[in-house]
Formats: sequence, C-alpha cells, structure tokens
Amino acid sequence: MSSLFEEIGGSAAVDATVDVFYRIVLADDRISRFFENTDMDQQAAKQKAFLTFAFGGPNNYSGKDMREGHAHLVADGLNESHFNAVAEDLTQALQEMGVAQNLIDQVITIAASTKNDVLGL
Amino acid sequence: MPEVTFEGNTYVCSEEETVLECLHRHDVSIASSCLNGICQSCIMQSGDGHLPEKAQSGLKDSWRSLGYFLACQCRPTDSLQVARVDSAETKFRATLTRIEPLSSTVIGVWMRPELRFDYRPGQFVNFVREGNLIRSYSIASVPALQDELEFHVALMPEGKMSGWLHDNARAGDSLDLQGPLGSCFYVPGKSEQALLLVGTGTGLAPLYGIVRDALEAGHTGPIHLLHGALEVRGLYLVDVLRQLALEHDNFTYTPCALRTAEEQAIEYGDISELTFNHHPQLKGWRAYLCGHPDTIKPLQKKCFLAGVSMSDILVDVFLPAQ
Ligand SMILES: Cc1cc2nc3c(=O)[nH]c(=O)nc-3n(C[C@H](O)[C@H](O)[C@H](O)COP(=O)(O)OP(=O)(O)OC[C@H]3O[C@@H](n4cnc5c(N)ncnc54)[C@H](O)[C@@H]3O)c2cc1C
Ligand code: HEM
Repeated sequence: MSSLFEEIGGSAAVDATVDVFYRIVLADDRISRFFENTDMDQQAAKQKAFLTFAFGGPNNYSGKDMREGHAHLVADGLNESHFNAVAEDLTQALQEMGVAQNLIDQVITIAASTKNDVLGL
Repeated sequence: MPEVTFEGNTYVCSEEETVLECLHRHDVSIASSCLNGICQSCIMQSGDGHLPEKAQSGLKDSWRSLGYFLACQCRPTDSLQVARVDSAETKFRATLTRIEPLSSTVIGVWMRPELRFDYRPGQFVNFVREGNLIRSYSIASVPALQDELEFHVALMPEGKMSGWLHDNARAGDSLDLQGPLGSCFYVPGKSEQALLLVGTGTGLAPLYGIVRDALEAGHTGPIHLLHGALEVRGLYLVDVLRQLALEHDNFTYTPCALRTAEEQAIEYGDISELTFNHHPQLKGWRAYLCGHPDTIKPLQKKCFLAGVSMSDILVDVFLPAQ
C-alpha cells in the first residue's frame, strides 16, 4: 500500500500546494499577523516543511521541535482558534488543488496530532 | 560544544555561533560582507565533519562536493577543520575602462575582465579591494550588446567602495572580482509571459540588464519597468529608457519619484502603491524586484498576494555590508 505522502503526490504536490496555501494564510486576518515579520524566502522553505510534515512525508521534526519552534508565537498569543484557522486554510488549499476528501481528512488528522506541541499545552 | 580548527589553532564555538562569528571573536581575519549568505565572500572549505545544509545553500554542486561552505551561515553541529579557499579559484582580475556620472548621486563603472567571463545580466559580482573590503554590485551590461561589464554605483556618504570608485579610481586601474553570483536574471523559454520589473535607486542596474536581455532574446510578452527614486534627480538613464520604450511596443517604462516636483511624465508617490495602481492583478506574471530591502521585501509579499507564483518572484536585495 502506498503512503499518504505518495498518494497525494509527494514533494511535487508540496511544491504545488505551498503557493496556494501560503497565499490563503497571508490573506487570513485571523492569523496573518503571525507571519507579518517573517522573511518570504525563509518562510517558503518553512511552509514546505509544514506541508511535508502534514502530508506524512519524510521529516526530522520531533514533538519537541514543534514545541520550541512555536514557543515564541504562543508567547505572542497563539491559541486554539489560530490553530483551527490554519487547519481550515489547509483544508481550503487542498480542496482548491482538487485533493480527494479522504486524503484531506488524513492530512488534517496528522496536523491535529501536533496541537498540544504547537500550542505548548 | 563543536570546535573549529583553522591554521593549526582550535577555537571553541559557543552556542548558536557561526564559524565566521567564532573566528572573528578570536581575532582571526576572514573576509566577509553581507553576512546573509548572499555575497559568498566568506566562502571557506571544510576537510571533514558534517556541514549543516544551510552552510552550503546556493553553492554550485562542484563546490559543495569540495566541502566549500559559507562561514556566515554555518552553525556547526560537529567539530570542523576549516581552511581558506584558494583565492585563485574564486577571484579574477578586471581593468577599469571608464567611470562616468549617470546622475548627481550615481556613477557608471565599466570594466573589462582579463579572462573570458560568462554571466547573465542581472547577476552580481563582488568587488574586492585591498584583500578584505568586499562589496557586491549588479551587472547592468548585456554580453550580446557590449564587451565591457557595466555597473551603476550609488555614492554613499563615507562609502568605502563607492567613495573610492568616485574619488580615486581611474581608467586603467585593476580590481579583483568574485562571481558571477545570484539568480535574478532573464530565463528564455516563456517569451509570452508578462514581466514586471521594479527597482529603487541603483536597483535599476540589474533591471537595465534584464530588460535589454529579454528584448534581445525576442521576448514578446509585455514588459513593464518601474524605477523609483526619492527625488527626480535620483532617477537616471531616463532618456535612454524612454527611447527604448519608443523602439519596442511591448516595453513600458515608468519613472517614479516619492517627492513632488513639477516634471512631465514622472509619476509621484510610493513605488509600491504606483506599481499596484498599474497592476492590481498579477496572476501568471514574473516579477523582478531589486533595490533597498525596506522597499523590496514588502513588495515581494504584495506581488505574491497579487497572484505571482513564489517561484516567479526574483529579488535582489541590496543589503548594506555589515
Ligand atoms: C546582491 C547585492 C547587489 C548590490 N548591487 C548594487 C548595485 O548594483 N549598485 C549599488 O550602488 N549598490 C549595490 N549593492 C550595495 C553595495 O554592495 C554596497 O553596500 C554599497 O555600494 C555601499 O558600499 P560602500 O563601501 O560605498 O559604503 P560603506 O562604507 O559600506 O557604507 C558607508 C555608509 O553608508 C551607509 N549605507 C550603506 N548602504 C546604505 C544604504 N543602502 N542606504 C543607506 N545607507 C547606507 C553605511 O551604513 C555607512 O554609514 C548591492 C548589494 C548586494 C548585497
Ligand atoms: C497545524 C499544525 C502545525 C504544524 C504541523 C506546524 C509545523 C511547522 C513547521 C514544520 C515549521 C518550520 C519550523 C522550522 O523549520 O523552523 C513551522 C514554523 C512556523 N509555524 Fe507552524 N505548524 C503548525 C501550526 C501553526 C500555527 C497554528 C501557526 C500560527 C497561526 C503557525 C505559525 C508558524 C510560524 C510563524 C512559523 C515560522 C516560525 C519562524 O519565524 O521561524 N504554525 N511550523
């Protein structure tokens, strides 16, 4: 059986989605402020890391990395409503890309599994 | 803590420190300039040990395999043996042929490399003077149109490189160059794609090269160049670009100045606002953005939001040397 990452289309799907997803995120008033001061070039690489992770692809992130990576955002007010907004934006991006709903559900499950670490709970 | 061994001495790298910061902290002189992994002037070679991915990002494959890395981007996880890179590999000499004012604040600098030098207009080279003074300048010339390399240098108050070029340098002097570097250039293949080019100050230099390269390559899609300066007198090559626009139906040139003064056919206002007044929608376009980071970085994000794909936004930020 092929993995979720392969079914979605691997790193080519990550490259294709990053544009769509990041544009939705930057235009989302609920969360755009968290991305205001980040450099576009670095951010593109980080968005790819995010998508690769959420698609169940190869990555080196531990729960501890997620916790540390978002700690400064939690200190800046990151909470569950923002987390849900990212999940919604991700769903929207994948729908726009024409990804099948059962695959989207699996992606959202992976993203949701990081909630406690991302929010530092 | 990882250790860095250089010329027989071993230094302990403290937490979060780059190889360059560690060596500088121990008073070891290593040339550097932008400290952002762009100019590649702090390139070094490592004999062994694992190099973090970021330390080799942007280097050509042959250099990566030789263990070349950028000292300013390398936060070592393992101990490293490092050495200077033989400068003959990365440097070449060029002779200044002409230095002329382009405006009251910008000089044109022309030179001829001693050896054959292949580049793409819009890339940049490092000028190296007296060993350690290194500054990056974008290439405004087009090989198909001229033999010499052309640069546009803004005069900075107390500027070490720009001041020297303006006050002391003479035709016939020679200079070391490193490069070509950077990926902000015209790529043939999509000749119908619409191109947006926005530059501030001497950010015009790479764009002047790119526009003429695109026209020379027979680009048929619309090409819109907006050049911004604080004041009208900061604009240069205005007549040349107006003439070019008359000769090519698909090329539009819009000079812009932030501060008002009466002058015909110059738009006034913030370059970013003017750009999006002309082009609220940029889906399918390719954008070239060059100049001061304070203008270019926000513009980059706005172009993306206006529909330009991330891989179609090419930027050259003129980071001041540190
Ligand atoms: C990739 C790249 C491409 C570049 N291309 C060009 C180019 O084509 N043409 C060009 O003119 N420059 C270009 N630059 C900038 C150039 O490399 C130098 O930073 C610039 O010429 C100043 O060098 P200097 O030695 O004359 O001044 P310095 O001795 O470095 O600085 C003198 C004084 O001016 C200040 N200063 C320096 N830069 C600025 C600035 N931008 N705005 C306000 N104050 C400043 C310094 O803080 C200092 O006080 C480029 C930079 C990069 C990274
Ligand atoms: C849904 C689960 C999430 C996952 C799996 C995730 C994953 C990641 C990953 C892998 C990185 C890159 C880290 C690095 O390499 O430096 C990152 C960075 C980042 N994330 Fe998340 N993230 C999630 C939720 C969120 C949320 C809810 C927000 C804010 C609304 C957010 C904002 C950011 C920002 C701003 C960065 C860049 C941090 C910086 O400036 O370096 N993330 N995330």
